[in-house]
This record gives sequence, structure tokens and C-alpha cells, in this order.
Amino acid sequence: MLAEIRLPPASPRVLLPAAALAAMLVLIFAMEPRAMSYFGLTLLLNFALPAVFAATAQMAVIAAGDIDLGLGPFISLVNCLAATWLTTRPAAGIVALALLVAAYAAIGALIHLRRLPSIVVTLGASFVWLGLALLVLPTPGGSAPAWLTTLLAVHPPGVPLPVLVSILVGLIGWLLLMRTSYGTVLRGIGGNPRAVARAGWSLLGGRVALYAAAGILGVLAGLALTGLNTAGDATVGTQYTLVSIAAVIVGGGEFVGGIVSPAGAVIGAWIMLLTGSLLSFLDISTDWQLSVQGGILILVLGLRALEQWRAA
Amino acid sequence: MRERIATALESRPWIWSFAAALLVWIAIAASVAGHGAMATIAVALQFATFFAIVGIGQMLVIAAGPGNIDLSIPGVMTIAGYLAMGLMAGANSGLVPGLLVGLGVGFAAGVFNIVLIDALRIPPMIGTLASGFVFQSMAIAYSRHSHAKPAPLLVDFVSARLLGIPLIALVFMALTVLAAFLLRRSLFGRSVLAIGQNREAARLAGLAVRPTLALVYLASGILAALAGILLSAYSGGAALNMGEDYLLMSIAVVVLGGTSIAGGQASPAGLWGAAILLDLVVTMLNVLGVGAGLRFVVTGIIIIGVLALARGPEARY
Repeated sequence: MLAEIRLPPASPRVLLPAAALAAMLVLIFAMEPRAMSYFGLTLLLNFALPAVFAATAQMAVIAAGDIDLGLGPFISLVNCLAATWLTTRPAAGIVALALLVAAYAAIGALIHLRRLPSIVVTLGASFVWLGLALLVLPTPGGSAPAWLTTLLAVHPPGVPLPVLVSILVGLIGWLLLMRTSYGTVLRGIGGNPRAVARAGWSLLGGRVALYAAAGILGVLAGLALTGLNTAGDATVGTQYTLVSIAAVIVGGGEFVGGIVSPAGAVIGAWIMLLTGSLLSFLDISTDWQLSVQGGILILVLGLRALEQWRAA
Repeated sequence: MRERIATALESRPWIWSFAAALLVWIAIAASVAGHGAMATIAVALQFATFFAIVGIGQMLVIAAGPGNIDLSIPGVMTIAGYLAMGLMAGANSGLVPGLLVGLGVGFAAGVFNIVLIDALRIPPMIGTLASGFVFQSMAIAYSRHSHAKPAPLLVDFVSARLLGIPLIALVFMALTVLAAFLLRRSLFGRSVLAIGQNREAARLAGLAVRPTLALVYLASGILAALAGILLSAYSGGAALNMGEDYLLMSIAVVVLGGTSIAGGQASPAGLWGAAILLDLVVTMLNVLGVGAGLRFVVTGIIIIGVLALARGPEARY
């Protein structure tokens, strides 16, 4: 039974977005040759860190066959906590962040036990995150812990930090999800839950594990964002809900069947991030960024449908 | 006797939302010692109307079965509100063109969603989420050169009272009754529910599945546009964040109102109970002097809590 839920080779799924990303980079380098240096890349891809963590968080939820519409506000909440408690009362801040991860695991358990639609539960949770963020930090402000800003300003030799971290996240995600037997089980939860249950694995445990992973990655996204922005804002993360979903899909993931790819999600996050830079290089108002990001999502899904239609 | 009450409640899932709304209202009335308790209801009805309008559309979509949901509602509301206000420009002469263009935007948005879902086979959740962002960014771009105001006639309409009750509440309650009647008696309504229960069986029974689904998304788009226009008129102009709350609220009033999230069953009356309940909760927290943060937290917890406690595990999407 388990053999059936094994995925087809992931390479073509990841190759296409990788080629698209390469094309975008070539276009950007052609328009702005200065971007082709160590510091140019660091500047261009600085915000890849929160985007990559957000995309992999969303990927964990999508692997369970669910979707997380509360991820953006969750990242805002982490940002607010990191810019206040983590600076002034580090112990309380760490406990609060751990509780947030536990809350994510609890949401996974609730969705599984009561068979609730993840979309409504995570949308409801988004109100809770937003409300808590406003309680912690009613108006934008606060300041990031010094260690966090220092950490994000590190210049590793040879490879810019955002590139290095992106590769590491993709690699670790690939190892955990695609190369371990429990990773196969986890993907099976969204792919063929009955087979997973028959094989003796706990569906509840698996969903909780995936949601907890999403919580941890969401916290990392919020911390990275705080280190970059050096301040807190209860609405700063809103965009990451769409960006993360689009990144997973553009990177070759599917909404059903537990078909996801960590490397693809990382590449998808870069593509979503670079649309912003590309728009500004093309002198198009950033007002349209949402449109372009939504449009890319529609385009990729439309092309995929066309392909299936032709194959059928 | 007890069994009869149980069946009566089972077939009328909307009763719960009204009962809860009544309880919250009594709590408010008690805490203000009765002063302005009636006025509270009138104000609650005013805002509940906007929730109920988008709720009717969302209810039709959700009733059409697992996977169907319209997440583009906030985007449609915002762009329709902006375009309508832009054409009205604070003058009655712009009322008709403003309404027509605003509702036209809702129609176009519905068509766009249908193309994504039906022709491109994109899951509704993602198709409408993406299209919603496209509409929202159009509104952002348009808002740069528009600070228009609603037509005075429309403002009079949305703020008019009949015997102390907001006129638009009465108008849209009538529309809710019409929707309830259509769901029970018309071919369209019966088709929506049949498709929601079992799409394949509905298709085999010869029902027009794809046209019915198209109509459902079209209705949701037009109703969202209407809500956007009326809300802009009531607030004296459109705002970029005016649709923000409506993504969750449109789903919340449907689910709290007793419509099954799994589809195949709808509870139009419950929309009002839930809309009034959610509005009164906000009023109560305001009376208690609670800030915006806690209000959001409580709203979110109520929605997740009611969903978790709702009877019987149902199919997930």
C-alpha cells in the first residue's frame, strides 16, 4: 500500500520553476548588472529569508492536504512578540513563541479530531493572531533584539546569507520530507490517509507533526522579518499568506494528494520575491504587485490544467 | 415531547444563532441598565445587513458542495466600492452609472472566477483567493487618483429608518426570504443543494451542474459588489481596507447560521442570527471598554469554538 503513495520523480516538477527563476535572474542582471555581485544579491534577496520560511511552513500544511490562511497574521504576531518581549523579557518571549508552536500543533489536532475544514479554522485563527498582535503591540514600534539584527547582517564568505539559508532550508526539508520513511508517511497523510492508517501510523500524530513544523517555520519567518525590519508591526506579515501559497504551488506542489517539494517551495518563494524587484526595475508601480503575484498563481495552475487536458 | 423538540431544533439549525444573539443582547441591556438597548439592536441590524448580503452569496457557494468557497469577496467589495464612488463623485447624477458600473464589476468578477474554476479547473479556494488579490490591487491602483464620495440619494437610502428599523435591513431580509424560497422551490435552488450533496449523482440525474455552479459564483460576485457599494455609501466613501473583515465574516455568518460547511444544505434565516450575534458581541466588548485586539481574539475563538462544537463530524474539504 505504501508503495502506491510514493511520488513520481520530483525533478520535472522542480526543473520548470528552477528554469523560470533562472530566466528572472538573467532578466534582472541584464537590467541591473550591479545586482550580480555579493552585495547586490544580498540586497536583492534580503527578504528571501522570511519568504522561504513562510513558503516551507505553508508546504507542511499543504502536505497534510490542508491549507493555512492564517500564516500571514501569525508571522505578524511573531514579529510583534520578537520586537517587544524577546527584547525586554527574553525568557517570557521564548515561552510565548514556544506556546505559539504548541497552538499550531493544537490546531492540527483540532482539525483532525473534529474533521473540520482547515480553511475556516485557520481563517478564524488569523483573527486570533491579529488580535494578539494588536494586544502585544497596538501601534508599530518596538525594537528587535540586538542578536537578531546582528545575525541577519552576517556576511558569510562566498555565498550571501539569504542564498545560503535558502539552500540549507531546501536541503534540510528535502532530507526530512523526501528521504526519511516518516517523511513519506507525512506526505501520505495528504495523499492516501487510509493507506497510512492501515500501515499502522497515527494520522493524528502525523497531522500534529506537520502543523508543529509549520508553527516552527512560521516563528522562524517572523524572527527573520523582525531582524530585517528591526521593529514590530501587527500587519506587516499579511502578504505572506498569498506569497506562501503561491510559492508552494509555483514550486510544483499540488493542493491535493500530499504532492509537495521543499526545494520547489524555496524556488517558488524566490520567484514571488523577485516579482517585486522585477516590477520596480521595469518601472511598474508596486500597486500591481498583488496582481502580478495572483496572476502568476493563476497562470501556473492554468498551464498545468492545459497540460493535463492535452494529456488526457 | 422531548423528541419532538429535538427534531424541531435539528430541522431549524438557525435557532441557535438567534438564541445566542438574544443572550448577548440581554447581557448588553443589563450592563447598560436598559438605556438604549433598542437603539443597540437598530445599530446592530445596520451592520448585520452588510454581513448578511455577502453571506447570502457565500451561503449559495458553500451549499454547492465541498471545495466551493468564494475568497474573492473582500477584493470585489473594494474595487466595486471605489469604482461606484468614483463615478458618483458625490452627486445624484452619478448614481445610476455608479451603481451600474459597480454591479457590473461584481458580474465581471463572478465571470472571471467561473473561468478560473470551470475552464481552468483551478480549485475554487485558490482561484478565488488569487482573483481576490488581483481585484484588490486594481482597487489600490485606482485609489491613487480617486477620493470620491457617494451620491446623496444613496446615502439617504442606506441610513434611512422605517419605524426605527434600518430600511436596508428590511430590504435585504426580503431578499433573504426570496433566496430561501428559491432554494426550496426553484429548480436552481434544488439543483444547488443536490450538487452540494452529491455532485456525481446530480450530474447523472440530468441536472445542469456547470451552469448552476456558474450562477452561484455570479450571485456571490454581484452581492459582494452590492455590499461594497452600500458599505462605501454608509461610510461616506470607499477605503482600501473596507473588505478586510468580510473574508472571515462572510464564512462565519454562513457557518454560525447553521449552514453545513460540507454543503448540500443551507440556512438563510441563520445568516441574520449569526450576523446580529457577531455584531452584538463587538458591541458588548465595546461597552465593556475592550480594545480592538481582544475583540479580534474573541471573534476568532467564537468562530473556531462554534465550528468545533457544531453537531456531528462532517466531511472536510
